Amino acid sequence: MKELTVISGKGGTGKTSLVASFAALAQSKVIADCDVDAADLHLVTAPRTVERRSFTGGKEAVIDPDLCNGCGFCLDLCRFGAISAGGSASSIAGEACTIDPFLCEGCGVCARFCEAGAIELDERTQGEWYISDTRLGPMVHARLGIAAENSGKLVSIIRNRAREIAREKSLEFVMVDGSPGIGCPVIASITGCDLVMAVTEPTLSGRHDLERVADLTAHFGIPLIVAVNKFDLNEAVAREIEEWCAEKKIAVAGRIPYCADFTAAMIACRSVVEYCDRAASSAIRELWTVTVEMLRNGEDRSGRFVHS
Amino acid sequence: MKIAVASGKGGTGKTTIASSLALCLADNRHGVTFVDCDVEEPNGFIFLKPTVESSETASVPVPVVNEALCTACAECGRICRFSAIVCLGGAAVTFPELCKGCGGCSLVCDDGAITETGRVVGKIESGSSGRLGFLHGKLRVGEAMSPPLIRRLKSKIPAEGIFILDAPPGTSCPVVETIRGCDFVLLVTEPTPFGLNDLELAVEMVRLLCVPFAVGVNRIGSGDDRVERFCRREDIPILFELEDDRRIAAAYSRGEPLIRALPEYGRLFEKLGTGLLMEKSA
Repeated sequence: MKELTVISGKGGTGKTSLVASFAALAQSKVIADCDVDAADLHLVTAPRTVERRSFTGGKEAVIDPDLCNGCGFCLDLCRFGAISAGGSASSIAGEACTIDPFLCEGCGVCARFCEAGAIELDERTQGEWYISDTRLGPMVHARLGIAAENSGKLVSIIRNRAREIAREKSLEFVMVDGSPGIGCPVIASITGCDLVMAVTEPTLSGRHDLERVADLTAHFGIPLIVAVNKFDLNEAVAREIEEWCAEKKIAVAGRIPYCADFTAAMIACRSVVEYCDRAASSAIRELWTVTVEMLRNGEDRSGRFVHS
Repeated sequence: MKIAVASGKGGTGKTTIASSLALCLADNRHGVTFVDCDVEEPNGFIFLKPTVESSETASVPVPVVNEALCTACAECGRICRFSAIVCLGGAAVTFPELCKGCGGCSLVCDDGAITETGRVVGKIESGSSGRLGFLHGKLRVGEAMSPPLIRRLKSKIPAEGIFILDAPPGTSCPVVETIRGCDFVLLVTEPTPFGLNDLELAVEMVRLLCVPFAVGVNRIGSGDDRVERFCRREDIPILFELEDDRRIAAAYSRGEPLIRALPEYGRLFEKLGTGLLMEKSA
């Protein structure tokens, strides 16, 4: 079993469209949508959910207004500014304090020091995750609660479940659709995977964000390959990116032309390779062939890697 | 007035719109500042090319154990909900990267063995680009938690002035941290199934936070009318539309602000700016 995680740093470079296409091209795989706070892969794969679980990540403090004497001690203790005095600020004593759930980190300091015993820590339900069947194979995905925290924890749950399914069913690949950025959910989606693919675009922003993603994978010691999407949008910047990759010894596994097929396929609820067989589609097929080589052998023997 | 430009989906044009909006506002008045809150992947500086006037590191408090004083009572490990401090062998051991900085361990330590130090999570830079003020944060690569840095960045925003906040993508804690306390949010999307799905999540989020908002649709003509139909059904105003023009993408690729590369779009941003400023008085 080999696990590929597709990330990008910058959003909107085509991660999800590529993962859907790879899922259509691979024979034996499980799909994991780890972009938990803006999950889109299900719009292409049309999953039939077979198992649904709630995600409880972290705690939140809750004040019992009948027990709170409004002493205001917890206000001073809370480092996150999550507690407000009841009533007007000048007349703290007497009125129960309140907690803003969006600001509460669930550290429990207020509950521990409340002399009235008015504060409890409740389990916080922060979303749901699902195991589904799709025409492209089994899929594990989630819906993080709006404005929720702990997205990294949810990502870990999804990846673990996807790997279990791959082991149970002897599937060759785990395909992980990651999120933009370099923070908590991204770190949770790459640690311990076999290969990271960073999808970039030939823009100065794309290049800047790719460099930070490359620093991140290097920081965790995970092999990285790059795919340049929309490469003909600005061929000069595309070349600069490829030169930069060559310098850093990062393989450029493929380049895909700027193409309206991406949006058209999305509207048709299909992956690009299922939708049509034009230039973008063949570029994606070639990219997948190179990626498979890399996943199976740890190196590319097809001679197709682009080193400018 | 603080106006956040946000979106559920990444790559819909937040930075394109936020940077041109800020430049356009600053062309006509003083006291406008661009604040890049996408601290994981800040791109605003690429377009605005600011002169950086000051730079400082941002850190979060983490515990330090004085082993000579620690009696291994394990109270700190019991209060910590993040496994950032545990009692192993004869003393407490810390895992600073898991620490959220609540200060609970030092409060419960009766031996006075725990003090706090700062762990650097990133840096904050401020400066200006012509008349436009500039402020951004940059998360240290390898650091998982961006909200504390965003919080620190936002604490630099003074009470008076017009601030355009470029938000990170998504609908979870970094976005919430950015939008909280703003006067208005412009949700940027594109007319595609992914664009609509992520817009619906973003709308749920801003409604939960009770911040007034409107939608801006980018790349009109590239997809279909599903976003427009959703907004009509939900009674959400569409304040701004930008057509699908490959010249915009090309200018973006070169790191040029839209209204400077293609001045014919200036009027559109002037109208958007006026509309947004009126939201405050409304």
